[in-house]
Amino acid sequence: MTTRRSFLQGTGAIVLYFNMVPTSVLGQQVAAGSNLPESLVANPSLDTWLRIDADGLVTLSPGKCELGQGIQTALAQIAAEELDVAFDRVRVAAVDTATSPNEAYTNGSRSVEVSGAAVRAAAAEVRDILVGLAADELAVERNKVGVANGVFTVDGSASKIGYGAVVADLQLARNATGSASPKSQDSYRLVGQSLQRIDIPRKVFAESAYIQDIRMDGMLHARVVRTGDREAKLLPPTDFSAVSRLPGVVKIIRDGSFLAVVAEREEQAVKAAKALVRLCHWDTAKLPMQSPTINEWLKKAPADVRVVAESGAVGSAEVARTVSANYSRPFQAHASMSPSMSIAQKSGDQLTVWSHTQGAFLMRGAIAKLVGLDEENVRLIIAEAAGCYGHNGADDAAADAALIAMHMPGKPIRLQWSRADEFLGEPYGSAMTTRISAGLDANGQIVDWQYDVWSGTHSIRPAGAKRAGHLFAARQIAQPLPAAPVGNIPQPRGGGDRNAVPLYAFANQRITKRLIPDMPVRVSALRGLGAYMNVFAIESFMDELAHAQGEDPISFRIRYLADKRAIGVLEKLREQMAAAGFDAVVAPAGVGIAMARYKNSGAYCAVAMRVVVDTETGQLKLDRALCAADIGLVVNPDGAINQIEGGVIQSASWTVKEQVRLGLNGVTSTDWASYPILTFPEVPLVEVALVDQSNEPSLGSGEASQGPTAAAIANAVANATGKRIRDLPLTAARIKKS
Amino acid sequence: MAIKLNVNDKEVQLDIKPDTPLLYALRNDLELNGPKFGCGVAQCGACAVLVDGKSVRSCVVPVNAVVGSKIVTLEGLGSPEAPHPLQAAFVKEQAMQCGYCANGMVMTAAAFLQKNKNPTDEQIRTALSRNLCRCGAHNRIVSAVGEAARSYREGESS
Repeated sequence: MTTRRSFLQGTGAIVLYFNMVPTSVLGQQVAAGSNLPESLVANPSLDTWLRIDADGLVTLSPGKCELGQGIQTALAQIAAEELDVAFDRVRVAAVDTATSPNEAYTNGSRSVEVSGAAVRAAAAEVRDILVGLAADELAVERNKVGVANGVFTVDGSASKIGYGAVVADLQLARNATGSASPKSQDSYRLVGQSLQRIDIPRKVFAESAYIQDIRMDGMLHARVVRTGDREAKLLPPTDFSAVSRLPGVVKIIRDGSFLAVVAEREEQAVKAAKALVRLCHWDTAKLPMQSPTINEWLKKAPADVRVVAESGAVGSAEVARTVSANYSRPFQAHASMSPSMSIAQKSGDQLTVWSHTQGAFLMRGAIAKLVGLDEENVRLIIAEAAGCYGHNGADDAAADAALIAMHMPGKPIRLQWSRADEFLGEPYGSAMTTRISAGLDANGQIVDWQYDVWSGTHSIRPAGAKRAGHLFAARQIAQPLPAAPVGNIPQPRGGGDRNAVPLYAFANQRITKRLIPDMPVRVSALRGLGAYMNVFAIESFMDELAHAQGEDPISFRIRYLADKRAIGVLEKLREQMAAAGFDAVVAPAGVGIAMARYKNSGAYCAVAMRVVVDTETGQLKLDRALCAADIGLVVNPDGAINQIEGGVIQSASWTVKEQVRLGLNGVTSTDWASYPILTFPEVPLVEVALVDQSNEPSLGSGEASQGPTAAAIANAVANATGKRIRDLPLTAARIKKS
Repeated sequence: MAIKLNVNDKEVQLDIKPDTPLLYALRNDLELNGPKFGCGVAQCGACAVLVDGKSVRSCVVPVNAVVGSKIVTLEGLGSPEAPHPLQAAFVKEQAMQCGYCANGMVMTAAAFLQKNKNPTDEQIRTALSRNLCRCGAHNRIVSAVGEAARSYREGESS
């Protein structure tokens, strides 16, 4: 029997939230005048970053996780470059709290920027130390010694010794000083090359490549049994003895409303979990809105309202005409291909957790708090799973495994979420709605810009002990942790307001964020955070204004841009469009463009999409995408293009298909049939051009293309049909109705 | 109960129940990494293996249904020393991001290329239409399958 209860009951109407300073853990506020990159300031000992063995083999140990984005390859390129060794002489260690530098989360497309800078400086310094040792060994002046392919040179000629010969004297347990200068770009031989990724062969040949491939002696298989509502209470009767008698069942673990089953074999755990589902009764909250009523709900929900950017004086200009529009996106899922899992083992007072989290050190604190251990007694070891695209179920599954392992000392516990566990348990990208109002003067010039965004949080990561309350299980256990306050990422990065401040120079503008702390479903960071929605809205609206004035959408945008690199990607896109014949497209086909600079501080990306619309059925065919990106210095062009291309396709999937469906009793998207994504026949061709800006610092490419792609598709549909759709996703039903 | 399977040209005997999903027998008993758990209900394709040359979803096939059949996993397709054309092409085209779906792509394509040695890109897309990729590596995967088909044909004509 299920009783009704307001979802707000018990949690308080509005939870205070905190301002996240995302990298405060790294000690970003470095002593003035430090010449070291922020990660190296936080983790100064060189031996946490690099080791070299007697064969001259280099092990690089960064604090960033491989998520399928190719970061290990890019960092290995940088290390091999600075150390002057062959690329295949560098191994990259996975993150382990026992040995790795603490680089907090692998997020925000900042790994090449942040970790890359640290690796570059550390490797340059290690090379410098090695050169000093070689000079002693060879009894020559230090300035005569060089390195080629890991072999020392004297006056440019190869000596008889390489790195391996001097490592016995190499003492890297010392703090980086920043005394060595990294190479100048004109001498790069590896950075800037499309080297093949180091992780792909082991994946293609089915070697051990993923966390799923870790198998331990005596490992037991566990499943959790729950609904998608972490506040749901398990009601009596709770006699599960029939399940405990099923074959292979070792233990049923119940802690408050946290319920799990452990079995000898995986299929036994699956069967037992299904049997438990049938026996469980949950008191779960009704949702205060369903899919069709999200926008109204968001606009009425209690919110913290703040003006996040203001310039000029809104309302002061002479306005001939005001144009307004509302846009929205639904809840959307990370929907990683591998449902989350984790292995945990308690040995004595130590707990070891193997996880595919994005933040090993922060999870260590959160798990320690959850299970009541000291942080130094918890170790997180990272292994790769399928792409996560942000805060998916990884952290919650690690917490589940840890809780179960605490009940089963000595036993390695492999906890695997089902597909439905992942769809129901993961925190979604928040539903959002925006309103734009532009004041135009008599010449049609935008002289007044008001932008309002309504959004849930984009940050409930369990970042350390204080935020352990964000974990799914934290609210289920008999002694629940208090729900942690939701995160508010302030400008200039922003959360729900990421990219809400337009890159365009408007004389008078006000951007207002309405953060709804108490959402009816869990929401957190999904690739790009609010940027996806805000760029969709702004770039749709700019196109509407350009169209109303009969102006070319690229020229219209350039008129409001002062940023030369933004103009650069638009002009590059214009060339690509001309070469691809995008200028000559006629209905029922249409072309749309859009551009953004991610976070207004990251990569620039402009996208053009060609679509064909069947106006009878509303069927939308995404035909071909062109993309121009400026990501500064490119470490691995093919890797960056792969990220941008994947971003276009994933965003296209969100934009035309995806929404987490909400029913009265909760989320009803539980599998790939109820949460369809783009399939092979529906995927557009994608061509990416990188604008050469190699003298500029590297900018992450992983989240640059999602926002522009969404708007480019909406603009293309508008150009093909003459109808503007402002609510995502752009389904056939909506296109037909428009 | 003893179940006899032929996996990657080896006879194995497993003491497991006949309704055990093939995926668990392959991953947990035989410790093979190729087939992946993705959905458990044959929707995503990550668990694909070849059974008598046909691509099947091992998450929903009970082991007793494949007794007497030849089962091939990604491990059995090729090795770094002697790669299958698809494996070589996936490396050459860098046809993945996370690569979790790659097993299913390769195995499904391996069965498909046996039937169609000269496919168009559109035919490749149709053949892979029930395999999901979340990273957006689709176009690279299509290129890799086309590349493998070319190298198959060249191998046969030489």
